[in-house]
Order: sequence, then C-alpha cells, then structure tokens
Amino acid sequence: MVTAVDKSKVPWWVSNLIVPLVNLTLALLVSALFIFIAGENPFQAVKLIIYGSFGYLDGFAYTLYYTTNFVFTGLAFAVAFHCRLFNIGGEGQAYIGGLGVFLVAINVSFLPVPIVWLLAIAGAVVFGAAWAFIPAYLQAKRGSHVVITTIMFNFIASSLMVFLLVDVIRDMKQMGPHTVALPKEIWFPTFKEFAALFGIKIRYSPLNISFLLAIAASFFVWFLVWKTKWGYEMRAVGHNTQAAIYAGISPYKNIIIAMCISGGLAGLLGINEILGVHHKIVAGFPAGYGFTGIAVALMGRNHPIGIFPAAFLFGILYQGGSEVTFDMPNITRYMFVAVQGVIILFSGALENLFRPQIESFFVNRLNRKVSV
Amino acid sequence: MEFLLDLASLVNSTLRISTPLVFAAMAGIFAERSGVIDFSLEGKMLMAAFVAAVGSYYFGNPWIGLLMAIVMCVSLSMLHGFASVTHKGDQVVSCVAINILIIGLTTALAAAWFGQAGLTPTLTDEQRFLEITLPFADSLREVPIIGLIYSEILSGHYVFVYLGYISVPIVYWVVFKTSFGLRLRAVGENPSAVDTAGINVFAMRYKALAINGVLIAFAGAHLSTAVNANFFREMSAGRGYLALAAMIFGKWHPKTALIACLLFGFTDALQIRLQGVELPVVGEIPVQLIQAIPYVLTVVLLAGFVGKAIAPNAIGQPYVKER
Repeated sequence: MVTAVDKSKVPWWVSNLIVPLVNLTLALLVSALFIFIAGENPFQAVKLIIYGSFGYLDGFAYTLYYTTNFVFTGLAFAVAFHCRLFNIGGEGQAYIGGLGVFLVAINVSFLPVPIVWLLAIAGAVVFGAAWAFIPAYLQAKRGSHVVITTIMFNFIASSLMVFLLVDVIRDMKQMGPHTVALPKEIWFPTFKEFAALFGIKIRYSPLNISFLLAIAASFFVWFLVWKTKWGYEMRAVGHNTQAAIYAGISPYKNIIIAMCISGGLAGLLGINEILGVHHKIVAGFPAGYGFTGIAVALMGRNHPIGIFPAAFLFGILYQGGSEVTFDMPNITRYMFVAVQGVIILFSGALENLFRPQIESFFVNRLNRKVSV
Repeated sequence: MEFLLDLASLVNSTLRISTPLVFAAMAGIFAERSGVIDFSLEGKMLMAAFVAAVGSYYFGNPWIGLLMAIVMCVSLSMLHGFASVTHKGDQVVSCVAINILIIGLTTALAAAWFGQAGLTPTLTDEQRFLEITLPFADSLREVPIIGLIYSEILSGHYVFVYLGYISVPIVYWVVFKTSFGLRLRAVGENPSAVDTAGINVFAMRYKALAINGVLIAFAGAHLSTAVNANFFREMSAGRGYLALAAMIFGKWHPKTALIACLLFGFTDALQIRLQGVELPVVGEIPVQLIQAIPYVLTVVLLAGFVGKAIAPNAIGQPYVKER
C-alpha cells in the first residue's frame, strides 16, 4: 500500500506532465489491443498515423484543421467543467451554432467582408449559447441533471436541423439535405491560398484562418477563467457551492453564464466548418467533434495550455486515423471513437490509478537528493 | 370494435417498447440507490445488444448470447466501480468514457468482423427469441373484453417483456423489504454510518453494480435478439438516458419509475403511429419533429411538474474511509 504524499511537496511537472503522460500511454496500449482484436497490426497502425498526420504537407494541414475543431469543443467542455457542469451537449450546440453562422452570413453578405465575419462569429456564439441556455436554466432552477438534458438537446438539435435542412432551408435545386452555398467573397481564406503565396501548390486544404480564432479563444478562456472576478466566482461555485453562496456568489447566475459561454465556444465549431470548409450547412456536420471535446478537455486538465496540445494529439489521431482506415480494411473511423473513450477513461475517471505511486516515487527521489 | 382493436395494439406496443426502459430503470435504481451515478446504462445496453447478437450468431442459441451479454455488462459495471468506487474517480466522467468507448467499439468491431457498416448478420429464428403465444390465447380471442385483453395485449410478447414486468415487484421487494435493500439504501444515503455499523461500503456498491449489470444486459438482448434480428450502430438510441430520466422522475422508486417508463413507451408507440398521418388542424407533422417527441418529453419531465427530484444523499460522492 502506497501512502499518499504531501501534495505541496509534489513538483508541478510530476502531477501535470508525468502523470497525464503515463495515463495516455496506458490508454494507447489498450487501444493497440483493440486494433489487434479487430485483426490488424497495431505497430503498422501507429506508423500510418504518424505518416498520415506529419508525413506530407496536406496531411499536416488536415491535422491542424481537426485541431481547430477540438480546441473549440475542448474549451467549451472545460469552461463548464470549472463550474462542475458536464456539458455533454457540445455536439448539439455546435450544430445550432452552425445554423447561426449560416443565417447571419447569408443575410448580411452585402456588408464589407470583415464585418460579415464578425457578425457570423457573433451568430455562432449567440446560437450556441442559446441552445445551452435551456439546459443551464433547468439545471440551475429545477435541478434537472445537465448531462441528461444536454444529451436530449443533442437529439433534439439533430432532429430539428434535419427537419430544417429537408423542409425549410434546403437548397431546393438539389436532392441532398444541405443549404445553398454562401457567396464566395465571404469564405474564410484557407491554407491553400496561404501556401500559394510561397509558391507551394496544394490541391485542397480545409485548414483556414479559424485556426487563429482557436488560438484567440484559448487566450480568451484563460483570461476569463483565471484573471477575472467572474471566473473566480464560477470556479468557487464549482469547488464548493455552499462556500460560494456564503461568500455572496450566486450559483444560479454562474451556472447559466458558464453554460452559455460553453455553448458559445462550441458554436464556434460552426465557423470553422461553414465559413472555412463546407460554405453551407451539411446534415450532421458536427460529426462527433463535440464528444471528442470531452476527451480533449479532460486530457488537457481543463486548462487552455493543456487543451491545445491535447487537441493537436486528437488532430493527429483523426487525420492519421483516416490514413489508417484507408489502408486497413478492418479499421473504421469508429475505432478512433473507441480510442477517445479509452483516453477519457484513463485521463479522466482513472486519473488516480497510479498517481499515488508516481508522486511518492518522485517525492522520495527528490528528498534523497536533498539529504545527500 | 375497430377502435378497440387499435387501442389494444397501441397498448401492446407500449408494453413492448417500454421493456428495455423498465430493465434499464431497475438497473439504474440499484446503482443510484447505492450512491453510484450510472449514466453508462446507455453504453451497457448497446454493448449487451452487440454481444447478445454476436453470441447468438456464433453459438446458434439466443440464451448463450444473453449469458455473454450479462457477463459483459457485469464486467463493465465492475470497470465503472473500479474507476469510481475503488479509485474515487469522477463517476460522470467514468460513465461518459464507457458510453463513448462502447459506441466506437461495437461499431468498429461489427465492421471488422462482419464487414458490413456497423451491422451484425441477421439471426435466424433459431438464433433469436420469438414471440410467445400464451396458452388458450387463440381460443379465448372471441370472448369479449377478456379475450381482447388476454389475446391482443398480454399474449404474443417476447420473453423479455414478461421478465421485465416481473422484475419490477422483485426489485421493489429486494430494495424495500430485505436487509440487503436496507443496507443498499443506507449506503447511498449515509455511507459513513453504514461503515460504522460494520458493513463494507465498497462491497455493497460493487454488489449493487453487479445486479445493475445483469439487469441492463436483458435490455440490450431484447433489442438485438428479440425485437430486431441483428445489431446495428447506436441501436440503443438514447434509451439508457430515457430510462435514467424515468427513474429520476419516478424518484428512484420501482413503481413510479415503471409508470414513467410506460409513459415514455406510450409516447414512442404513439409517435410511430403519428408518422405520415394527417392530423386535424395542424395537418401532417414532419417525421423528424415527431421523432423528437420522446426527447422533448424527457426534458419536460425532468424539469419536473411534480416538484424537485431528491436524489439519494450520497450520490456521486466517492466514499473515503476516514483515517
């Protein structure tokens, strides 16, 4: 039996770097086992993942494009989590956020381009936040568990959007469930155009300036959660609601604000997907990115500095994963959904599995050094 | 008569559709009464559906499939317990992890093993459960009222439907009338008091989770080896969450949870009927909106027109023995 060590003696890099890395390694080992069960060679899969995500310029750009999505949904989950709220509804909020982007952009496209972009971003945030508001209100006022309501809102968002895409805003000249395309002038510039400035020719790249927006959003979340009075209040509610009430902080207000900001961040996924990639609403465009955000946030320990590398790692898994599914007939993209589950398990629920052992190992070693 | 037959068939499908919800709600009662949140009902149901379908296909016997599903679901419950009871990890995170893991794994393995996009092979009649016609159902059909109730509503269900409704009084008896049930509820309300009385809190929670695993396996097997003859991607379609909502709406009590499950089942049965039907005043409602009705109902019920739901006191908190 390992006795727990004094937390204050544990160096920050042990608890925030070594422990997460050990957990990640365990998760990847279990994932390798799954690939083996599915009848493929895990080592070959790792090779393909690394080649697919780093091996060539287009692939790397794809990796960063996925990273952008995961930063948005990861930040979304993290903000709510600091208030001890499990916003599992990133998927639905992103879907409705995309509706906001499209409706705003199509209606104001006559304005100067930068203004259209700003308004579209506002549309994404407002629509995403609105979709998170109802579960937030019900949690705050009625105690309906936010996990169930947000999941239900994912289902409802999906039904609603399919209804809109089939019956209301569908491009009536086409059969598929998608809208008309936005005018070309307001599309986000992509990596293809950027590379062309340096004389590099790329056929197609989904990576666009939303990546910069993701960086900005990370700074925004860091500032908001750790440097403002509101962020402090929200974390206080999350840590100890009773103490927060005693200090005069309203849990209702903070639950609602935290969820709305969370929903707004998830809505930004719509910016990347609609202004950057599809230029129209395509049925099912959030494609599970909202759920992946949970894994990203938990792996990144709910801090933007952790979320960015975690999002990048998932970018590698997604882009490398598509290379794997291309080459290995037995592996589908769902295998990487399973990998996400394993990562959430080891870096979230089982994060304390080896923590006491690792921490006491390092503390004892460091003490020995000091005494010598 | 036409109307009565219609009504009978609506009640009949309500009973069938509610069955997995009933199993899941009963499973949820065991876990949550012991103080362990279980959102992973959804994932476990999906896993049970997958394992039952695969097991029945390979061994040619649906009972073996059911048995394998039970083993798998109990293992998953143990995993949940290992993370959230033994290692005091966050219970909700553990459930979310299990759910996402299983959505991915079942579909990925179905594709890898059977080469179809997330489908398992169709089961033959020997490999699945069939509807059971109760004795004398045919001869009683012509008797007024009784015949209608017996032959049209009660007869002709899958074995799981009967087991599901039998499980409700049993769960009630176990939870409220036995010393095991008393300990179970006490562990969920005040674990340290139970610990002082010399009862092992961790062992109680593991036992509750084991029962939870057995019950939820029936729900999954019902979906893939009785109502349908194969497993398909994400076939649990949120039923685990609906059941949990029914359980909360039923205030963690088997009887009221059963009523909530029947309400969900009835809405779903009605929803299927309404598709493509011209209604007076509003006309035909688009199918996507009709399909959303159970989910909207869940939100409405949870928002609670019957007062705030009071959960077991110690729910969601890992138990730490004081040193």
